Amino acid sequence: MSHVFHPGHHALHGITVVLETHGAETFLGRFDSEDEGGVHLLDVGVHEQGGGVSKEEYIRRSAKFGIRVDRKHLVVPKDAVAQIMPLGELGG
Amino acid sequence: MPYNPALVAPMREEMTRMGIQELTTAAAVDAALGDQRGTMLVFVNSVCGCAAGNARPALRLALEHGVKPQQLATVFAGQDLEATARARQFFSDYQPSSPSMALLRDGEVVHFVHRHQIEGRSPQSIAADLTAAFDRHFGAAV
Repeated sequence: MSHVFHPGHHALHGITVVLETHGAETFLGRFDSEDEGGVHLLDVGVHEQGGGVSKEEYIRRSAKFGIRVDRKHLVVPKDAVAQIMPLGELGG
Repeated sequence: MPYNPALVAPMREEMTRMGIQELTTAAAVDAALGDQRGTMLVFVNSVCGCAAGNARPALRLALEHGVKPQQLATVFAGQDLEATARARQFFSDYQPSSPSMALLRDGEVVHFVHRHQIEGRSPQSIAADLTAAFDRHFGAAV
């Protein structure tokens, strides 16, 4: 028997996602909720385009070794969100 | 802050009913994982129904497979804080997540299952990946 603790939440609640923005930042974290303020992510890793590691490599490494948490809680405004995908569907 | 122990008791029992050794202190972790020999699976348990609710039955299914780890242990993230922190030191190349599973051979992590590889999947699907990892990494030892 399993035990479910999160009834009645957003379909992505509790799922680790890759959130791509229209800007240079990509966020990896656990989807918590969505409200007027935007998308709430927990235990978030942050990648900024133009750094040492490409976005693709950052996602690949995070899928293999886990997400290094840069922010405990982050709210991404809705209009900044380009795409949200479960990390587990990206070859993790 | 840990949940009420009565609330998580069924989740602990789900593990111990499988014959998995529950490690609740750092000393118990050291005794089980320090100088570890042979093959072992460490399950980092969690109250999260999104993932742990499928990971526990997945492990039960996987342990019905012919090839499986010789030793089984579990720590409970968010509950047994000291034990969980100590266990994670043994697989420190991997970022902490819960639930998660580490497969070890002679103290070395040979395979790691992160929370994101569990979320949203059926117990059968998770178990299939686990048994494939058992075959790949533990096949020769059993």
